[in-house]
Amino acid sequence: MIIGLDVGGTHTDVVLLGPEGVLARTKEVTDQENLVDTVLRGVDGVLGDIDPGKITRVVLSTTLTTNSVIRNTLTPVGMVVAAGPGMDPKLHAIGSSFHVVKGALDHRGAEIAALDKEAVKKAFALIREKGIRAIGLVTKFSVRNPSHEEAMEKAAKGLFDTVFCGHRLSGVLNFPRRIASCWLNAGVHDAFFSFSQAVKEAFRARGIIAPVHVLKADGGTFSLDAALECPGETVLSGPSASVMGAIPHSPSAKDVLVLDIGGTTTDMAVLIDKVPVLEPLGAEVGGVKTLFRALKSVSIGLGGDSELTRKGKELLIGPDRKGPALCLGGPVPTPTDAMAVLGLFEGGDRAAAFKGMETLGRDLGMETEAVSRFVLKSLCEKIRDAAFAMVEGINARPVYTLHEMLEGYVVKPEALLVMGGPAAVLAPGLGEACGLESRAVPDWGVANAIGAALARTTCAVTVLADTQRGFVRAPEEGYSAEAPIAFNMDDAIALAKKLVREKALRLGADAKGLEVEVLEAQEFSMMRGYRRAGRNIRVRAQVKPGLIRNGGVI
Amino acid sequence: MLKAKSRIGLVFFPAFDWAIDPSHPEREERLLYTQDQIFEEGLMDIEGIQEFKPDLVTDQDIQRAHFCVPDESTVTTSSHYVSAGGAKTMARELMEGHIEKGFALVRPPGHHAMRVVHGGRGFCNINIEAIMVEYLRSQWGVKRIAIVDTDCHHGDGTQDIYWHDPDVLFISLHQDGRTLYPGSGFMEELGGPNAAGYTVNIPLPPHTSEEGYLYTVENAVMPILDDFKPDLIINSAGQDNHYTDPITNMNFTAQGYAKLTEILNPHIAVLEGGYSIEAALPYVNAGIILAMAGLDYSHVLEPDYNPAVLKESKDTLQYIHKLCDRVMDQWSRRGPELSQKVFGKKEFHERSRSIMYDTDGIYEGQKEILRSCSDCAGSFRIESKSDRDWRIIGVHIPLNACPACKAQGEEWYENASGADKAYLQDRSRDLYLKK
Ligand SMILES: [Zn+2]
Ligand SMILES: [Zn+2]
Ligand SMILES: [Zn+2]
Repeated sequence: MIIGLDVGGTHTDVVLLGPEGVLARTKEVTDQENLVDTVLRGVDGVLGDIDPGKITRVVLSTTLTTNSVIRNTLTPVGMVVAAGPGMDPKLHAIGSSFHVVKGALDHRGAEIAALDKEAVKKAFALIREKGIRAIGLVTKFSVRNPSHEEAMEKAAKGLFDTVFCGHRLSGVLNFPRRIASCWLNAGVHDAFFSFSQAVKEAFRARGIIAPVHVLKADGGTFSLDAALECPGETVLSGPSASVMGAIPHSPSAKDVLVLDIGGTTTDMAVLIDKVPVLEPLGAEVGGVKTLFRALKSVSIGLGGDSELTRKGKELLIGPDRKGPALCLGGPVPTPTDAMAVLGLFEGGDRAAAFKGMETLGRDLGMETEAVSRFVLKSLCEKIRDAAFAMVEGINARPVYTLHEMLEGYVVKPEALLVMGGPAAVLAPGLGEACGLESRAVPDWGVANAIGAALARTTCAVTVLADTQRGFVRAPEEGYSAEAPIAFNMDDAIALAKKLVREKALRLGADAKGLEVEVLEAQEFSMMRGYRRAGRNIRVRAQVKPGLIRNGGVI
Repeated sequence: MLKAKSRIGLVFFPAFDWAIDPSHPEREERLLYTQDQIFEEGLMDIEGIQEFKPDLVTDQDIQRAHFCVPDESTVTTSSHYVSAGGAKTMARELMEGHIEKGFALVRPPGHHAMRVVHGGRGFCNINIEAIMVEYLRSQWGVKRIAIVDTDCHHGDGTQDIYWHDPDVLFISLHQDGRTLYPGSGFMEELGGPNAAGYTVNIPLPPHTSEEGYLYTVENAVMPILDDFKPDLIINSAGQDNHYTDPITNMNFTAQGYAKLTEILNPHIAVLEGGYSIEAALPYVNAGIILAMAGLDYSHVLEPDYNPAVLKESKDTLQYIHKLCDRVMDQWSRRGPELSQKVFGKKEFHERSRSIMYDTDGIYEGQKEILRSCSDCAGSFRIESKSDRDWRIIGVHIPLNACPACKAQGEEWYENASGADKAYLQDRSRDLYLKK
């Protein structure tokens, strides 16, 4: 049996899954100050008198990292950075103590300027003087040659409690994002460590010995221990839980829009043949752009609790939430009140809803029921516009080869999957607004927790070979070897697949049915003068985000 | 958070799967290290810098600038449609007000492609700037445009296309044609009889470096632009003036290119040549993007940057100062007076010339007749014959053609005979006919 928990901003959804489906479900109020307690209440809520020894797997998403960034509660981090030609690295300054040292590598990983080890020592001393115990070490082009970062890491040994290097977190080029990602990893590490220790201990105390996984922003999981190597990857795992929860109900070989309608916001994402579309570079959270792999999701300020107001004769929905709906004791009318008036929402004080919608209708020159229908129609149309704009954005992504330009895949949604509180009520209206087949995901209230429970372990690895300079490297994996002049694309792909498989197993993947795919494979002949001086090969492989197989559930 | 001073659009299309041939300087690897550098710098993440996917140009877009023999798809590849499309994307986004400046980093380049196209010249088949400029003029009604070609090679194709048009000022800075392909671009090439002085060639001596180049920009190019008052400035941003470029002999630097971009302040820059793919392009392109965005580019330095070593000799600088004086003197005499002096006063002007397509090994012979006109750019008729046995007649009626030129152009097309094909490029009606 599997327990899935989606720890959200206000609620935590929990399910217990058996081979035949959902055995138990619960919703707890999230205590942001004590997430461990929230997790335990959730586990107790679904476990009942089931023997904890029968639990084979626990997966949880957590808001810990996201909140730390948004509320700016990361522990202080010192950054030491080496850049070389390009932008002034001081423009990327982040953290409590930011230091630029001399040393530079070029785009092929060749050393342009030696690392100034004295300056590194001085920077370390200044960071320690401030009482900072965590550092991030980043050099430009370290994903082509990690040696400068490794030299700094060696020098940092024993001086700091927490040390993070840029080259281990992603093979993707982007120096400013590498700096920010490294800083975020180092800054959230302590809090994440405490959280993971507390969760482990509490589980052990309850007799749960199953491995515990954490959901990542890309919709995949890794083990609680692996998460400590890159805690930043757990940002934005909330939206990814929703999307994973939609997958079992998504038709094959179709483009599907997933809409998760909450109280304040609606999150939207796209599935292509059951696989989520990812962000090209990585997650952006609280204005911080990172290299943490993330699925593409857009959040808009429209939901069941959005405030309804008017400007002249124009109806406004959101973006603020002033509280719950009138019918649930809130201060202003909301779409939920419109549903209550139309008999689509039961429970709560229907009279209060009616009164609020009547006033709004009078101001807009409409009958109470008419204005209620108008509110829901407008809400659906606004969600549609945002969703279509997101799809347009995905299709407008730049491409870099003729092949992609002329034959590139164009996303064209063919169906809608709706989840969240008002899913059942809004699914038909959304379908009509979008002109698409539309339905609410079964178990829409806890589908996100089911998504977390069933998410499979994911990871990616980049392999670079330069036969002129005679190396093949996968800096993320600490892999470096000599490349013979005959080293070719097939060799690179085989190596990338092997490394990604090993990495997935280390992160907690099940060896059975591990699906590895090549994301990118480029090979360039390097010509110097008029002869070929070598090959420049770049391969990126991944374990596809998706669901584990679990008996009859999927 | 970093923010650009003005909203910049970029099209980056390295065409990683296209080349003339694998060992050609214009090959798949050309923008590879540029991509590495601009991605690693995170330039596309800066607030105010937006990356766009290129459009594909249509045959109609190409037909506004060229007579393609026998047609567009025969003399181009898909890559040309994307490359010109990238330039068009920047023009559209600019005119729609989504961006304030644009840079199309595309390949293949286009500035050696002339009005008649039988094949490839100097790695160019269709002129991506001219296609963009004609799109701006016909679809957006832009009146006056200045094209400043800073590629190391003379922009002979762009010169050819705007030779007769006083509304499109063409300025080319390049390594002296006596020392470099295509061997043209002398001061005496100053535009046709109806546009005398509106083609400005500034042939710089080999080994010109930052000081001499920027002196020319400040003391010739900018004053000319101030006089001309264009609605838009386009930069044919070739990067082969770099001191490491393998096929030229200049000593320009990434810092120089960034300063040039800052001074020139073009609305749209379109990448042309530049074949030092590792030592120059990554740094030059990063410098240009930062300069366009109004951000600090002082740290964009080649690993072996040493301005003292690259500095021009006193003699070279003196030569450049005198050259700029001559350019300004010629510019001050532009118009009818200069035309009469150079071409005389005639109702029709004729010229014959031969053109070589080095990339495709084609020879072309041309006979051109132009109607002298003070009311418009003048209609003209080109008879062109290639050694691939194509014989065509192309008739051009300019934008804003006067009734007399229009009538003359139509008559030429009607009476065209003795050719395999005849084309009418009627820009006044945005029409292209073939027979
Ligand atoms: Zn030029
Ligand atoms: Zn050139
Ligand atoms: Zn005329």
